[in-house]
Amino acid sequence: MNTTTISDTASHHDEHDAPTGIARWLASTNHKDIGTLYLWFSLFMFFFAGALAMLVRAELFQPGLQLFQPEVFNQLTTMHGLIMIFGAIMPALVGFANWQIPLMIGAPDMAFPRLNNWSFWLLPAAGILLIATFFVPGGAISGGWTMYPPLYIQGGMAYDISILAIHILGISSIMGAINIITTILNMRAPGMTLMKMPLFVWTWLITAFLLVAVMPVLAAAITMLLTDRHFGTHFFNAAGGGDPVMFQHIFWFFGHPEVYIMILPAFGIISTTIPAFARKPLFGYASMVYAVASIAFLSFIVWAHHMFTTGMPVGGQLFFMYTTMLIAIPTGVKVFNWVATLWRGSITFETPMLFSIAFVCLFTIGGFSGLVLALVPVDIQLQDTYYVVAHFHYVLFSGSAMAIMAGVYYWLPKWSGRMYNETLGKLHFWLTAIAFNITFFPMHFLGLAGMPRRIPDYALQFADFNMISSIGGFMLGVSQLLFLYNVVQCIRRGTPAADKPWEGADTLEWTLSSPPPYHSFVTPPHIK
Amino acid sequence: MPSPSAPWTKNRRMAVMLLGVTALFFGFGFALVPLYDVFCELTGLNGRTSAATNVITTQTAGDTHRVVAVEFTSTVMPGLTWAITPQTARLEVHPGELHHVSYRVRNLSDKPVVAQAVPSVSPGLAAASFEKLECFCFSQQALDPGETRELPLAFTVKPGIDKDVQTITLAYAFFKLDDAKASPAAEIP
Ligand SMILES: [Cu+2]
Repeated sequence: MNTTTISDTASHHDEHDAPTGIARWLASTNHKDIGTLYLWFSLFMFFFAGALAMLVRAELFQPGLQLFQPEVFNQLTTMHGLIMIFGAIMPALVGFANWQIPLMIGAPDMAFPRLNNWSFWLLPAAGILLIATFFVPGGAISGGWTMYPPLYIQGGMAYDISILAIHILGISSIMGAINIITTILNMRAPGMTLMKMPLFVWTWLITAFLLVAVMPVLAAAITMLLTDRHFGTHFFNAAGGGDPVMFQHIFWFFGHPEVYIMILPAFGIISTTIPAFARKPLFGYASMVYAVASIAFLSFIVWAHHMFTTGMPVGGQLFFMYTTMLIAIPTGVKVFNWVATLWRGSITFETPMLFSIAFVCLFTIGGFSGLVLALVPVDIQLQDTYYVVAHFHYVLFSGSAMAIMAGVYYWLPKWSGRMYNETLGKLHFWLTAIAFNITFFPMHFLGLAGMPRRIPDYALQFADFNMISSIGGFMLGVSQLLFLYNVVQCIRRGTPAADKPWEGADTLEWTLSSPPPYHSFVTPPHIK
Repeated sequence: MPSPSAPWTKNRRMAVMLLGVTALFFGFGFALVPLYDVFCELTGLNGRTSAATNVITTQTAGDTHRVVAVEFTSTVMPGLTWAITPQTARLEVHPGELHHVSYRVRNLSDKPVVAQAVPSVSPGLAAASFEKLECFCFSQQALDPGETRELPLAFTVKPGIDKDVQTITLAYAFFKLDDAKASPAAEIP
C-alpha cells in the first residue's frame, strides 16, 4: 500500500489537479478537503452557539433580570439550540462522514464530488443568514428551536430569513445524505460486503436514510409556516380553521428521527474507538447493526411523546409511551456491547478513549432520564422544565458532542499527519467532563422542583442550583478553548504521527500514510 | 473523479431514486395535514367537534340517570376589540336533552368588524359526543360600531358519551377576520 511519508506542511500533494490557495477550498471536490471544511465550519458554529449559551448562563447566574430583557433572552436560547443542532453537530458528523467513509470502505472519493462541494458551500450561506437575523428589526427568532405556531406565524422578518436558512440547511443535508448512501452502496472496495463494513459506516448509512426521509418533512412543515405567514393559507392558523397542534405532529415526525440523526453517527465513532483502545474486536458486531436499524425504525413511531400535554387521549399516550420505552432495548444492546468490548481488554486511556468512556457513562444517564420522561404521568409534571433541558444535554453534549471530540482526537493524527498534545488533550477531557456535570446535573433537580425552561428570571428557591450551573457552564465554555488550541497546535507544529499511531486500530484508513495522499485508494484495496 | 463509464450511471440512477424518495416525503409532509384532519374528525380527537348537523336527533327524553356538567367560556384573540360573555356559565344536563344557551357580544370599536368563533371541546374524548345543532360559529359575525348581539347556541350531549366524563368545557376563540378574508365562503367546522 501507499506509505509515502510526507515531510512537512499541510497535506499538500503536488499532484496533477490539486489546486492551491483559496481556489483549492472553494472549488474543491476532494472528500478530504470538504471533510475538513465541514469540521472547521462546525467548530466555528460550536463556538458561536456556545457563546450564546454563556450569555444565557450569565443571565441565569442570579434571579432577576440583569443583562437581557426577556425578548433578547429568548433569542439567545432559540438561536443556541438551532445553531448547535443544524450548524454544529450535524455538519461535524457530515465532516466525519466525508473524511472517513471513503477511507474506511476503500473508495477513491465520494460518489458525487461536485454535489459534495455544493452541499458544503450552502452551509456558510445559511450560517450567515442565521447570524444576520440578530441584526434585523425585531431581532432574531425567539419562539424556541421547535418553531411552534402561532409564534412563528406572528414574528417579524427574522422568521422569514430563518425559514429560508433552514431550507438551505435541509437541502444541504439531503444532498449530503444522497451522496453518502450512493457512496456506501456502490463504491465499496471488492470484498467489503455490507456486514464487513466498519460500524461507523453502517451508522452513517442508516442516518443518511433517516435524513432523506425526514428532512423533506421538516421542509414541508416550514413551507406551510411560510405560506401561513404570507400567502393567506391557514394550515396552522386556528382563525382560518387550521390547527397549531398539527404543526407539532408534523414537526416531531421530523424531530424525533432528528435526534437519532445526531446520535447514531456518534454511536459509530464510539464503536470504532472503544475496540481500538481495548485492543479487542467490537463485541456483537451484527447485533450492533441490527440495534441501529431498529432504533432508526422505532424513531418513526414515537413522535408524540413530545406532546403528552396537548390533550391526547389516554390510548394515544399509552401507545407513544410504550413505543418510546421500546427504544431502550436496542439502545441497551449497544451499551452492553460496548461494556462487553471493554471486558478483559488491554485498555489504555488516551484522550479519545477517555471521551469514549465518558460517553458511555453519561449518555446512559441521558438515556435513563429519557425513559423517565417517557412515562406519561411523570412527563405531564416535567414537560418544559429544566429536567428536559438536563436530559437532552446529556444525550447531545455528553452524547454527540463528546463523541465528536473523541473522534477528532482519534483521527486527527491521520488527517493532519501530526500528533496532538496528549497532556493538553487529557486536561481538556477532565475539565470538560467535570464542568459538564457541574453545569447539567443540577438541572435535574431544578426541573424536578418545577423550574420551567426558556425563562430569564426565576423564583428564589432555584437560585443556588442556577449559580452552580452557571459556574459549571463558564468552566465548560472556557475549557473548549483548550480544544481549539490543541487542534491548531497539532496541525501547525505537532510531532509527525505514525501511519498507525493507535496499536489496536484495524480499519482501512490506518493502512494509508499519515496524512493520507490527496488521492487515496485510486486502485481499490482487496478485503479478505 | 468518477470514471465516466458504468459506475457513474449506476450512481446516477441511485441518486435519482433517492431524490424521488425525498420528493415523496416532502409530499408526505403536506399529506399529513388532510390525513390528520380526517383522523381527528373520525375520532373526535383534539377537541374537534363535527360540523353542522342538519338532522335533529329526535331524542324524546334524556338519560335521566346521568348528569353531565357543561361549562361555557370564550377567548378574544389579539386584534379583536369585542366584549364577549357567555350568558350561561355552567349547565347540568342529561345526555340526550336539547339545550339552548347564548353568548352576548359587543363591538367596542368605532368600526364595523367581522369575526369568527372557533370552538373547542375538552376533554378531547368528549368532543365526538358533543353535538351543536345550531351555532354562531357556523358563520361569520358582522357587528356595527357599538352593536350588541345575542348569539344563540343549541346543543345536545349524546347519550353514548364516555362514562368517565363528568364535565365538558366548550371554549370559543373569537378571531377578527381581515377585510379580505371576511368573504362569503369561510367553511369552518
Ligand atoms: Cu423524541
